[in-house]
Amino acid sequence: MAVKVTNKEPYQQAYYPPAPTGFTRYMRTSLIWQGIRFIVINLKMLKLMSKSHH
Amino acid sequence: MSRVVILGAGIAGHTAARYLNKWIGNRHEIIVVSPNAKWNWIPSNIWVGVGQMTEEEVTFDLAEVYKKTKVKFLQAKGLSINPQGSAGSDKPFISIEYTLPAKAGEQENIEYDYLINATGPKLNFAATEGLGPDHGFTVSVCTAGHALEANKKLQATIERMRAGEHCTVVIGTGHGMCTCQGAAFEYIYNVDHILREAGVRDMARIVWLSNEYELGDFGMGGVHIKRGGYVTNGKTFAESLMVERGIEWITRAHVKKVEAGKIHYETMDGAFHEQEFDFSMLIPPFAGVGLKAFDKAGEDITAQVFAPNGFMKVDADYTPRPYAEWSAKDWPRTYQTPAYKNIFAVGIAFAPPHLISKPMQSANGTPINPTPPRTGMPSATMAKAVAMSIRDMVNGSEKPTHSASMAEMGAACVASTGSHVFKGTAATMTVFPVVPDFEKYPEHGRDLELTTGEIGLAGHWMKYILHHTFIYQAKLKPGWSVLPD
Repeated sequence: MAVKVTNKEPYQQAYYPPAPTGFTRYMRTSLIWQGIRFIVINLKMLKLMSKSHH
Repeated sequence: MSRVVILGAGIAGHTAARYLNKWIGNRHEIIVVSPNAKWNWIPSNIWVGVGQMTEEEVTFDLAEVYKKTKVKFLQAKGLSINPQGSAGSDKPFISIEYTLPAKAGEQENIEYDYLINATGPKLNFAATEGLGPDHGFTVSVCTAGHALEANKKLQATIERMRAGEHCTVVIGTGHGMCTCQGAAFEYIYNVDHILREAGVRDMARIVWLSNEYELGDFGMGGVHIKRGGYVTNGKTFAESLMVERGIEWITRAHVKKVEAGKIHYETMDGAFHEQEFDFSMLIPPFAGVGLKAFDKAGEDITAQVFAPNGFMKVDADYTPRPYAEWSAKDWPRTYQTPAYKNIFAVGIAFAPPHLISKPMQSANGTPINPTPPRTGMPSATMAKAVAMSIRDMVNGSEKPTHSASMAEMGAACVASTGSHVFKGTAATMTVFPVVPDFEKYPEHGRDLELTTGEIGLAGHWMKYILHHTFIYQAKLKPGWSVLPD
């Protein structure tokens, strides 16, 4: 028996926040892109730490 | 020769101890007093709490590590401080009570030239009836032991779901005045991940319950980050992550009471609600550990030395002001106590001048606002600054030489959202400064180049590397001092 399709309920908590696209989700675990992000995040953290010590 | 006594051996106390040992350990005496025999890398308790790490992987024996140094380790808890000495001597001292099994209950006075109060918090489960693993119905991940028990109960809940039962999991904060939302935030995603791995995610309703005004507040009033051509509040991303994982959220909540399977909470509008649960991890509020202070005549001067919440007053501006008039300058820089120049308080032990998030209260007058986070990276930064100041003061400097205001330092938080070397992810967040400075950064209070957030595998690698790096460093293995704190 075919499942009856109903409209998605609006005005709910889960209705409003942005959802990641397939591309965004792919990039989160893409080894090449994450390798680059790993370097960038490390550099940002080093900069942040160097600015934190007085 | 000077004697430096450090109360506490957590992230702040142990950081101060290892640097002081390196810099002045050969010429001066360093004593660490801690009631715990083990050091705990608390951020990784999250993984213990879902069964992905053992207690041994996140703790190590303090006495063994200090044996390699000049530091004298006393397994004891601090009871009181006599900053003026006693009737018979001007030498200040602390009173301690041993927790080491062989000397349990014995008390002793330890004189000091410099004192660092790095006791961390008392986990104040008693603030909410029925909260916590010892006398309540919820679990905690605040200690490795708590996290072990949390995992045991989580696994039992998973078994119930495998048997076909639908269960509700509630994770968040157990009081309107909690801090450390980040730990609960990380735990909820790890529980979600574990339930998916166990193939029972569809049997669980997962609910976030917190005292934040909006998701992503984290006790820092939230953050703004650049993303997709906009400057966007972190709330957007926190909500997105919750929706993506099918997690519901309740914010602006003060948990009033927990019963078996039922949480009673009040919301900002003054309404009272109930939330049923099968498994719940709620972070307790923090308080000072209850140290007392006495003057030379033995009169109680605790109220002069400590704030009403039990945290030690330092060089902050504690003048009460409305939120709009709060300033970055209110925050302490040297962590030296105003009355006693040889006492410092770092980490959770110092009394913040006020909240970072805007104070809010319910229609019934109940405060519902996160308190300022000062764990992890900020703790280590301020402990190292104090260690440098004391190093210079024992060498002749009249006042502290280094500062580490939370309004001038950044912090990084990597929250694991699933552990796997190729498929794992983590939310990586950096903020600079921790306390917004609207004079320097008028629009958002923070440097948007250094305030960032993203989700990805790189964060998981960071988290994993940080775990091993910090434990290696804390064990004082070769080259530890060149590693970043």
